Amino acid sequence: MNRILFGDNQFFGVNHVSDEKARQQSMRFKEDISILQTIDVAIEEGCNTFMCTTHDRMLNIANLIRNDAEKYDKFQIYPCLPYAHKYANAVTELGIMGTIKHYVPGNFIGSLFKGGYAMVSKDHVKMMELMIDAELKMFKGISTPVIFLQNVITDLLLGLGMKDLLKAFDQYIRRKYNAEPGYITMNMPKLVDMLASQGIYHPIVSSSINYEGFRMSGGISMYEQALKSGRVRAIAMQVFSGGATSAEKALEYVCSLPNVESILFGASSKENIHQTVTLINHYDKKYHYKTA
Amino acid sequence: MKKIGLIGAGKMGISHLAILGAHPDVEVIGVADTSTIVTDVLKRHTSFDVYSDYLEMINVKKPDAVFVSVPTKYHEPIVQKLLDRNINVFVEKPFSLNADNGQKLMDSSRQKNLYNQVGYHNKFIGTFMEAKRIIDSGSLGKLQLFSGNMNGPVVTKTKEHTWRSKPEEGGGCLMDYAAHLIDLINYLIAPITAVHGADLMSFYSASVEDAVSCLLETKNGIHGTINVNWSDETFRKMTTSITILGSKGKLTVDATELKVYFKEAQPIVGYAKGWNVRHINALSPHVDFYLRGEEYSLQIDHFINVLEGKAPNTINTFESALQTDKVIQQIKNHKINQL
Ligand SMILES: NC(=O)c1ccc[n+]([C@@H]2O[C@H](COP(=O)([O-])OP(=O)(O)OC[C@H]3O[C@@H](n4cnc5c(N)ncnc54)[C@H](O)[C@@H]3O)[C@@H](O)[C@H]2O)c1
Repeated sequence: MNRILFGDNQFFGVNHVSDEKARQQSMRFKEDISILQTIDVAIEEGCNTFMCTTHDRMLNIANLIRNDAEKYDKFQIYPCLPYAHKYANAVTELGIMGTIKHYVPGNFIGSLFKGGYAMVSKDHVKMMELMIDAELKMFKGISTPVIFLQNVITDLLLGLGMKDLLKAFDQYIRRKYNAEPGYITMNMPKLVDMLASQGIYHPIVSSSINYEGFRMSGGISMYEQALKSGRVRAIAMQVFSGGATSAEKALEYVCSLPNVESILFGASSKENIHQTVTLINHYDKKYHYKTA
Repeated sequence: MKKIGLIGAGKMGISHLAILGAHPDVEVIGVADTSTIVTDVLKRHTSFDVYSDYLEMINVKKPDAVFVSVPTKYHEPIVQKLLDRNINVFVEKPFSLNADNGQKLMDSSRQKNLYNQVGYHNKFIGTFMEAKRIIDSGSLGKLQLFSGNMNGPVVTKTKEHTWRSKPEEGGGCLMDYAAHLIDLINYLIAPITAVHGADLMSFYSASVEDAVSCLLETKNGIHGTINVNWSDETFRKMTTSITILGSKGKLTVDATELKVYFKEAQPIVGYAKGWNVRHINALSPHVDFYLRGEEYSLQIDHFINVLEGKAPNTINTFESALQTDKVIQQIKNHKINQL
């Protein structure tokens, strides 16, 4: 994985500490082209990996990228699925069956309704695989070497103890997409333990890692221990979410930790992108970060 | 270690179940749901004991407490059965379809000295907790006026029907959505006791309202308005905000930000004259397991603490949720009387 990953929250009106800022950003990125222009700035700064949700709007961005294959030759996407809000809203509006009918693709559903509900309940893994395919279709032809499960689903499976489904995700991503499965979570140490119980060692896990311990469930020291143990290929996200810290302090903390393989950040302006990249490079030198 | 059961593993219930499943002081003794889609998934992919009949679950497993997250029309009969068997209850909001039923439940729970809690999770959001602290400190002076807004993208086109589109089952923007805002105003300011105007509007739904506007007054005579609309797709998710004006300042709060203006110096420790802005990351307590907001974990932690005798049973009680149900009923009556 690249050291620095560029994220997408700013494009889609997601901001963990300010709804107001989120709304302003969603206005600013109303046009797909303005999203691509910001991605271009990030590429110029050396960030060639874009980690993004399978948001409906990503289809248009993916089209723009496919249309300019030469320019985006080295560019890669780490998709994060599913875009859970879509399904949560759908369940509220359509009910569980209505949602399945609406989103699970094609002939599976055809046969399903001939056979009644019975089939749905028989093969959840197959259904998950079909939904993964449906969500990833938009990236066809673009390099997606790591494919992530979004934190709402990862943590739901974790809390419910649905270990077999985590494992099924892992196997399917490797088998069908020849990619590395990754996990976004707000409960990194617990997740690493559960994955290990399924024989999944050294997983790629993206989680909040920041100086103040914001959204580092179970406490910052458990996270630091998990990192030291070397059992996880960590991606640090929400690195600025601690609030109080300056960019310098926030990035120095993350760069000083062992086994943080990548740092994920999102920004809208050229200045902020440049500043973040420069600071990470600076602290990487200071802490002798070595690329794998 | 507390023995906890759950009835209704739908959208809300599955979230409670995951948090309970990860809780170190909880043993989940069983899950009951009438839908075979739900029970099949749980049976095949979890180690929970799964039941289609909740009575069987409680009779066999004798839980200390049960979480009830079934559609609202079933709250009353199920909660009553639990109370009859001396089981402590956490029930989802809104408490009950009508205030008379709610009153009966509250009385039973009280008679039997049982612990109870209702799922109004906003009270466990750091920004609203801080707003409560500031308001209770008196530093805003004499409260004068409030306004509450709530918006979200629940029903944005005419679509298939679920229980949310049936008024007799607790559907509609007033019961399902506005309840949160009313409950929060009752908590932050004072219980609402009078409804001076109410409008219920439908845009996409055939038989329930999609928006609610009201003129309200609290027990201590503070007036204000609420505007609630669940058919606004410019909001990515449910968004709740309240503004309160007082003789010494003004406070605006939502789930991520708290902005407070003070007219005078040294209003309350940590705040200054003029505008002060605080964000959720600095205000939220940390949790041991996070699913989709600290508040969902915190409200469960609180209930477990109550069961273990480590916290008083004072937040989101049946009593406070009943007050909210009563306001909902008053709003409906006001609208009917106008017709
Ligand atoms: N606090 C919140 O913000 C919030 C959010 C959503 C829902 N809720 C509340 O939670 C409750 C459930 O809502 P939901 O969105 O999860 O609905 P849902 O329809 O997704 O889930 C309800 C579940 O209950 C099951 N059920 C129905 N009758 C049952 C019975 N007699 N015994 C056992 N199981 C039964 C259904 O099969 C379904 O799985 C409602 O009261 C709702 O108002 C609260």
